[in-house]
Amino acid sequence: MSTNQIIGDVEPPEVQRDSAPEPQAGRTPKMRARDVSVFYSDKQALKDVSIDIHDDRVTAFIGPSGCGKSTFLRTLNRMNDTIPTARVTGHIELDGEDINSPDMDVVQLRARVGMVFQKPNPFPKSIFENVAYGPRIHGLGNTKAELEEIVEKSLKRAGLWDEVKDRLTESGISLSGGQQQRLCIARAIAVDPEVILMDETCSALDPIATAKIEELIHELRGRYAIAIVTHNMQQAARVSQRTAFFHLGEMIEYGKTSEIFTNPTQKRTQDYITGRYG
Amino acid sequence: MRRRYAAERRFRLAGLFAVSLSALFLAFLLTNMAWKGLSGFTHYEAAVPIDFPRSDLVLDPAALKGPDASEIIAGADVEGALSKAASAAFGPGAEEMFGAAAERSLGRQLIRDPELLSRRAVLWLPVGSKIDVAAKQGSDAAAESLVQQLQSKNALRRTVNTDFLTESDATDPSAVGIWGALKGTFLTIMVTMALAFPIGVLAAVYLEEFARRNRWTDAIEVSINNLAAVPSIIFGLLGLAVFLNFMHLPRSAPLVGGLTLALMTMPVIVIASRNAIMSVPPSIRDAALGVGASKMQVVFHHVLPLALPGILTGTIIGMARALGETAPLLMIGMRAFIAAPAQGITDPSSVLPVQIFLWSDEVDRGFVEKTSAAIIVLLLFMLLMNGLAIYLRNRFEQRW
Repeated sequence: MSTNQIIGDVEPPEVQRDSAPEPQAGRTPKMRARDVSVFYSDKQALKDVSIDIHDDRVTAFIGPSGCGKSTFLRTLNRMNDTIPTARVTGHIELDGEDINSPDMDVVQLRARVGMVFQKPNPFPKSIFENVAYGPRIHGLGNTKAELEEIVEKSLKRAGLWDEVKDRLTESGISLSGGQQQRLCIARAIAVDPEVILMDETCSALDPIATAKIEELIHELRGRYAIAIVTHNMQQAARVSQRTAFFHLGEMIEYGKTSEIFTNPTQKRTQDYITGRYG
Repeated sequence: MRRRYAAERRFRLAGLFAVSLSALFLAFLLTNMAWKGLSGFTHYEAAVPIDFPRSDLVLDPAALKGPDASEIIAGADVEGALSKAASAAFGPGAEEMFGAAAERSLGRQLIRDPELLSRRAVLWLPVGSKIDVAAKQGSDAAAESLVQQLQSKNALRRTVNTDFLTESDATDPSAVGIWGALKGTFLTIMVTMALAFPIGVLAAVYLEEFARRNRWTDAIEVSINNLAAVPSIIFGLLGLAVFLNFMHLPRSAPLVGGLTLALMTMPVIVIASRNAIMSVPPSIRDAALGVGASKMQVVFHHVLPLALPGILTGTIIGMARALGETAPLLMIGMRAFIAAPAQGITDPSSVLPVQIFLWSDEVDRGFVEKTSAAIIVLLLFMLLMNGLAIYLRNRFEQRW
């Protein structure tokens, strides 16, 4: 657990290039995915992807549309369960536990692995209720005072507190797009997750709102393992320490962000990054 | 380009024509109804002097103060006393100017003031149907001359007929009221609502959120859509066969009426609820699942509250249809003549639309305006229910 561990921007010395990296000394990955494939009906959307997601790093998934990066992200908290035709094979661990095993409670899993979606989707309730909903259904805040504390803390961490503290009873939908997305982040961190998955969280936002969210990702990095999916390569370069490049359902390359962007080993990665396709 | 604009203008004109035509029809219907029906809420009363000590009424003033006063009066020959008093006051043609309504009114006045029995008194009593019709719109010569005689003596006045709202069906049109039918309608609708709403909504939730799509759910969906289009009389036959002949529930009762109407309304509610649930954006479901809500929490905390306005609208439509339904209720025996309002949902009762149907069949001219008045009450009842539902819907919408 690294909730209180503060890690700066210093990169760990090891370089990971393999799609199946060796476990590092003293550092077990938060989530470990091995040979994950996803099928929609008979169509294979994801082929044997293996990635580690670490506590104190931001892992970015990049690639052209339809390459399977969002699909992979959704396997990490089993959101694909909600699609009747989807079938997931392979092995995914959270802290060494198999998340697809029958013993794993999917509701509990989603509380530990939170998710922020592409389009801001606050509940059509008050700002307070939006954040308090998760803690309430998980029994985290039993009294009103406890709930208020959680809400304030989460909104502060999401950098939204100063903007909304005087209007917590207003509808979450009355906020601007960027504020709504930060509200969704606050809602995700209110249940005290260990991992936060962000699915193209900034793609519906203007540059200023995007900058705020990126700043927020930097701040959250010390507390949570973060995985983001993005179309925007500059964004991946700015916020992540690890980048995985997906193409046509396969993971082509995975490594340190700086290396992927400056010195990729695969030609397809090179082509994508230099804008030859995608 | 010109032709395109012309086509657009033509289309708009056609639409305007359709709207104004329907508005015209509606206005015609409403004014016609109000014109005919409003007079049904009033009746004429005549002042008649009655010399109680010399009449044939053998009543003990002390007994009228007791609890069974109305029974004592029912046993006395009120009718005879009235016709004698009338012919004494207005000549031999007036014996039959009073009907059941006057007897009832006289009885009430006697109970209120038993001392009347000891003296001669002038009482205002509602006239019989024949005189009432003659005074309102003209009738045969004998009745009209009696009306003129009464008017010349200042012994005729028009008042609001409160009995129409508080009494029940009767054979004499001057004495009829709609309270029994209104109460029956209310009880029936309550039974329908209590069954059709929860079952319909839960069925919709299950089909939409939990059931797997397979041949069975497809078959159920097709059946529900077909059921919504089945003529209502078929549901009446079903109710007759199942509730009366098989389950032996009481005939003519609001319970059976409500059950039958619930069968009829449920498909409408299921279809409307499914549409409302379907239109809740999936992103809300994702959001709730994303913070770790269980399937049921997603449905009950988020999907249902958001779908509620749509569900309520569908329910209103279904209920309004049930409220005005006559045919299935005829099949289960709710067309019987019932003079006492139902005390519970198992007592025999009438309902408003059936009451209107029965009155419209009557020969006596006095029933014509009563029918129109009952239609007005039915429309007001519907308006009230719809207004309530719209109010509820807006309240639920404001919470978001």
